[in-house]
Amino acid sequence: MDKHRRKFLKIAGASVVAGIGAPAIIKLTATPALASGQGVAAAGHEAAPAAEHGGQGGHGEEAPQGVRLGMVIDLRKFNERPELLDAAIATCIAVHNIPEFPNSKDEVKWIWKAPFSGVFPEHSSQHSAKKITGNPAVSLCNHCDEPPCVRACPTQATFRNSANGIVAMDYHRCIGCRFCMAACPYGSRSFNWYDPRPYIKKYNKDFPSRMKGVVEKCNFCSERLALGQEPACVEACQGTGAITFGDLNDPNSGVRRLLDKEFSIQRKPSIGSKPSVFYIV
Amino acid sequence: MYNKGTIIPGLIIFVLFVTFPIWFNGLTTAGDLPKPELPPGGEKKCVESADYMRASHMQLLNKWRDNVLRDGNREILEIDGKKYPKGLQTACMNCHSQKEKFCDSCHTYAAVEPYCWDCHLTPKETASKEAIH
Amino acid sequence: MIEKTLKGKPAYWIWLAFLGMFMAVGAACYIRQYNVGLGLTGMSRDVSWGLYISQFTFLVGVAAGGVMLVLPYYVHNYKEFGRITILGEFLAIAAIIMCLLFIMADLGQPMRALNVVLHPSPNSMLFYDAIVLNGYLFLNILCGWVILTAEKKQVKPPKWIYFFVYLSIPFAVSIHTVTAMLYCGLPGRHFWLSAIIAPRFLASAFAAGPALILIACLVLKRVANFDAGRKAMNKLITIIIYAALLNMFFVGLEFFVAYYSNMPGHIEALQYMFFGMEHHGVMYNNLVPFMWAFVVLAFGAIALLVTPAARKNDLVLGIACLMLFVAFWLDKGVGFVLAGFVPNPLGEIVEYIPTMNEIGITLGVWATGFMVVTLLYKIAIGVEHEVEG
Repeated sequence: MDKHRRKFLKIAGASVVAGIGAPAIIKLTATPALASGQGVAAAGHEAAPAAEHGGQGGHGEEAPQGVRLGMVIDLRKFNERPELLDAAIATCIAVHNIPEFPNSKDEVKWIWKAPFSGVFPEHSSQHSAKKITGNPAVSLCNHCDEPPCVRACPTQATFRNSANGIVAMDYHRCIGCRFCMAACPYGSRSFNWYDPRPYIKKYNKDFPSRMKGVVEKCNFCSERLALGQEPACVEACQGTGAITFGDLNDPNSGVRRLLDKEFSIQRKPSIGSKPSVFYIV
Repeated sequence: MYNKGTIIPGLIIFVLFVTFPIWFNGLTTAGDLPKPELPPGGEKKCVESADYMRASHMQLLNKWRDNVLRDGNREILEIDGKKYPKGLQTACMNCHSQKEKFCDSCHTYAAVEPYCWDCHLTPKETASKEAIH
Repeated sequence: MIEKTLKGKPAYWIWLAFLGMFMAVGAACYIRQYNVGLGLTGMSRDVSWGLYISQFTFLVGVAAGGVMLVLPYYVHNYKEFGRITILGEFLAIAAIIMCLLFIMADLGQPMRALNVVLHPSPNSMLFYDAIVLNGYLFLNILCGWVILTAEKKQVKPPKWIYFFVYLSIPFAVSIHTVTAMLYCGLPGRHFWLSAIIAPRFLASAFAAGPALILIACLVLKRVANFDAGRKAMNKLITIIIYAALLNMFFVGLEFFVAYYSNMPGHIEALQYMFFGMEHHGVMYNNLVPFMWAFVVLAFGAIALLVTPAARKNDLVLGIACLMLFVAFWLDKGVGFVLAGFVPNPLGEIVEYIPTMNEIGITLGVWATGFMVVTLLYKIAIGVEHEVEG
C-alpha cells in the first residue's frame, strides 16, 4: 500500500505544476498556490477537514478565516424578469441530472420557486408590499456557516468543506437515515425515494446521477468551480446582476461590495445557522 | 456392504453436487479467464501501470473520490502531456468507453457488483438520453 | 434453557404460527421495499419520517419502561417484584430488537448501516443513540440470562452481575433521553424544540412499558398458570398512574406554552394535531381523531385505574392497561413524530398516509417483537415452574 501511495503522490505532485486549467473566476481557497500541495499531502490520510474552520459562534464574531463562498440573490431582478429564474432552475436541473418526478411527494429539488412568506417566514409583515411579497422567492441550500444538517449526520456523509465553506454531500457514504432532512430548517434537502434514473430527462455526461436511498441537495456547483466556472444558476443569469457569487470573507469580493451597499436579509436568522445565501428584496 | 443400491448412487450424486463449480465451469464458458477489451481508441497508457490498475483500481478510485468530494482536491493529473481529471466518469470512461466490454468482463467473472454505476453514467447510458454540452 | 421454547400447548404453537404469518408478510413487503425504494411508503420530501421512526420512538419507551421493575427491586429491595423483574428485562430485549428493526427498515441504504461505526460522528445524536440502544440490549440480555440461570440452579446470582444491573438503570433513562434529543435538538422544528420532550418521553414510557407488563401478567395468569401476585400488580398500577398523570401534565404544559404565548410556530403543530389546520382553503386534519382518541383513552384508563373496585377485576384492569398503552402509542407512536413535520419549513402542509406495504412491514416488526417476547417469557416461566414445582 505504501509503495502505491508514494507512486500516486509522485504523479499527483508532478501534476501540481499543471494546476487548474482555466483561470478561476472565483478564488476558491485562501492560498491557491499552497492549497493544492496541502490537498495532496492530506490525501493519504482520512479526511482532515472540520478542524480548521474557526467561527465558533457564541459571543461576538471571531475574525473570519479562510474562504466562505456565498451568494447574493437580488429578488428585484427576478421580479422584473421571472423567466430568468426559470432559466436558472432549468439549467441546474440539466447540469446536475436532477430527476423530475411526476408525484410531488417524491420531488427532488436543488433550487426552486416558493412563496415569499414560505421562504421568509420571519420577514412577513401584515401589510406588505405585494410587488415584493406577492412574487415567488427562490429557495436553495443556504450552505450555512453553522449547518444543523451537518450536526445531525451520523456518518459525516454531509459535511462543511473547511476550504470554501460549502456544505457538501458524499453520496457514497449516505445511509439514507434522513436525519439531515429533519434537521434542515429550510427544507433544502431531498431524498431519492426511487431510483432517479428513469426520471432524468437528459443526461449531462460530465456529472453523475444519484441512486435510490440517498439524500441530495445543491452543491454550489463544486464541480464547476473546480473548472473555474461559475455556478450554473449564476451563469444562467449572467449580466443581469440577479445572482452574485463569491467569497463572503473577502471584503473586496463582489458579494461583499454588494452587501455593503444594499440592505439584505438571510432566511430564518433566529435559527443561528448563518446562511451563506443572502437576499436583496 | 449394506444398502449398496442407495449408498453408491447417493455418493455419486453427492460428489457431483460438491464438485459442481469445477465441472460446471469446465463445461461452460463461465470459468474462462476474462479478456477485458482495451480502449477502442487505441489508448495504451493509463494513469498507472496495468498491473497496478488491475490490482488496485478500486483503491485509486476511492482515493480520487475522497480527494475530490471530501478534501476539495480536484487537481487535474497530467501524465505524459495528457490530462486526467480525477473522476471515473470524467477520466476513466473517456478511454474505456465500453464499460460492458471492459469493467463488466472481470466484475462478472469475479461476481462483484460495484455500486459505481448506480450513480456514475456510462457512455452507453448517456447516449441513451441525448446528452447536453 | 432454550429447550423450554420447544414444548407447549397447541395454543402456544397457534399463537407462534399466527405471529409467523405476519412476519412472513412483513418480510415479503420489506423485500419489495428494498428493491424498489422507500417510495413505496407514504413518506415524502416534507414528511420524511413516518411509521417506522415513530414506532421506533415509542418502542424505545417500552424498552425503558422495564426499569420501573428493576429499580424498585434492586435499588429499593422491593421483594414483591422478584417474580416479574425478569419480565421487564425480557420485554426490554424484545422492544429494542423491534427498535433496531424499525431503524433498518427506515434506512435508504441499509447495507451501509455500519457507516455509523466506520465513520463515527460524535456531533450526531444518532451516534449516541446507537451506542445506548445496543448497550441497553446487551445489558438486558446479560442480566436477564445470568439471573435466570442462577434461579434455575437455585443459587444466588454472582455478585458481579449487580454491577451490570445497576448500570442498566441509567442506561434505561439514557435510551429515552437520547431518543428525545434526536428531536428536541433540531432548530427548525418548533414542535420538537422543547426541553420537556425528554421528561415527557420518560413519563409516557414509565406508564406504557409497565402497562404492557401488567397485561402480560394477566395473560400469563390465564394461559401459563403464572401468578405475579396481587401486591406486585397493585404497585405496578400505582407506578403506571403516576407516570401517566405526569405525561398528561407535560402535554398540558405544551398547550399552555403554545397558546398562552400565542406564538404561531408553537401553536401550529398542536393546532394541526388536535383541531386541524386550514391552509389555502383546505382543511388538514388527519391526526385529529387519533389525538382525541389519545386524550379520551388516557383519561379513561387513568379513571379506571384509580377506582379500587375497577382494578380488582382482572378483565377491567387489563382493558384499562390496554387503553393506556394504546393511548400513549397514539401520542408518541403516531402524533409526536408525524406532527413535527407539519407545517414544513416552507410553511406548507403535506399530510402523511402510510401505504399498505409500509403497514405490512410495521406489523411484521411488531409480530417479530411479540414472537421474541413470547419465547423469552416461555423460558422465564418455564424456569419458575421448574423451580417451584
